[in-house]
Amino acid sequence: MDILYLLSLLCLSLGCLCNLIAGIGIIRFPDFYSRMHAAGISDVTGAGLILIGLMLQSDWSTTLSKLILILLFTLLTSPTISYTLANTAVKAKYKAKAKDNSKWQKDMEAK
Amino acid sequence: MSLAFIHISILCFLLVTVLAIVRMRDLLAVVMLLSIYSLLSACFFVVMDAVDVAFTEAAVGIGISTLLLLSTLALTKRFERPHRTEPVLALFLVLTTGALLVYGTLQMPPFGSASAPAHQHVAAYYIEQSFLDTGIANMVTSVLASYRGYDTLGELMVIFTAGIGVLALLELKTDTKVSRKTEIPAPMAAHHILRIVSKMLIPFILMFALYVQFHGDFGPGGGFQAGVIFSSAIVLYTMVFGLDAALKVISFAWLRFFAALGGLVFGATGVLALVSGKNFLDYHALAEDPIRAQHLGVLLVEVGVGITVAAVIILVFMSFTRQMAENGKA
Repeated sequence: MDILYLLSLLCLSLGCLCNLIAGIGIIRFPDFYSRMHAAGISDVTGAGLILIGLMLQSDWSTTLSKLILILLFTLLTSPTISYTLANTAVKAKYKAKAKDNSKWQKDMEAK
Repeated sequence: MSLAFIHISILCFLLVTVLAIVRMRDLLAVVMLLSIYSLLSACFFVVMDAVDVAFTEAAVGIGISTLLLLSTLALTKRFERPHRTEPVLALFLVLTTGALLVYGTLQMPPFGSASAPAHQHVAAYYIEQSFLDTGIANMVTSVLASYRGYDTLGELMVIFTAGIGVLALLELKTDTKVSRKTEIPAPMAAHHILRIVSKMLIPFILMFALYVQFHGDFGPGGGFQAGVIFSSAIVLYTMVFGLDAALKVISFAWLRFFAALGGLVFGATGVLALVSGKNFLDYHALAEDPIRAQHLGVLLVEVGVGITVAAVIILVFMSFTRQMAENGKA
């Protein structure tokens, strides 16, 4: 029981950390596409770790099954949402800020 | 202490969201912020143990109303026109009223205080007697559908009237228009991922709606939430597969019929009681055993609510979609 509790504590804090990192990323990243990467972290890793942490705290009960269903739902929908967002952005001709990209390309060409 | 911290932080978030909404000129961003506002309110209701209200806020505020507002934006324009005038008088009026309201709250009993007048009136009776009277475990459902059935009928009629209003604004023509030659395109149907994932999800959404509908006696849920969830499945289908495919599932005529049917079921339950010599919406007329009668009455009423809510939302969304397609064609 104690180990389960510690594990859940670890999962919850890691999940919170991931969400925090994702939040900073959404604010700090330069353009839409890189921000989507940050949003993906919070959708999958952040939410997933928090849900797993909550699962470890609930015994064999209906709460556990509901949490598993929520996790499955998140794992199914968030990649789909990312796909839809990226697709719409490409169609609306959003450009990635290519500053870093071009530098890298030049480096590659120099080699 | 920690609860107060959660309250304060959620209220601060709400304040920031509202200020952002006021400052924004991009209406698309405003709609998204309104959705966040609903999410925060839902969290707030959960913290205050009002799970049923939070559920409704989550389904209606975050889900459906955002979607309907987005469809409205698609029919109108995305950016607000800049204001020419500076309404100083209005600002003064708003500030004065706000200050008076805040001043008024100073006299209110503290939050959650048991001696507050709101908790002294009928609430004590409901808490002690509602399970014995009705045999329904969820007190919110028994108050909403049984003790306060007449109020709920009024709410349902508000939704019905709102649906009629939207249809009147969008100039719903007769169904002969559906048989036009050009097909309304379904731009999302080309995406395999969206098609497959929504095909996977729709049955579960429908199932969950039915669960919420019929489990409302025992846990959070009921007709309003179930209707919204049910309609969201059909709305998802319309968005991915196009209006024409959705009209094969259910036509405008049937939707109009169902929108009226729900209210009719609710009203007929009341009239049935009236005819048997009891008061309007007194469910004891439905069966000999009072508990059984209450269960039956609440079931009928909730089904009526669910049918009307679902039908009105689908109807409004489909009218928006049709209008969009016609605008795009013209």
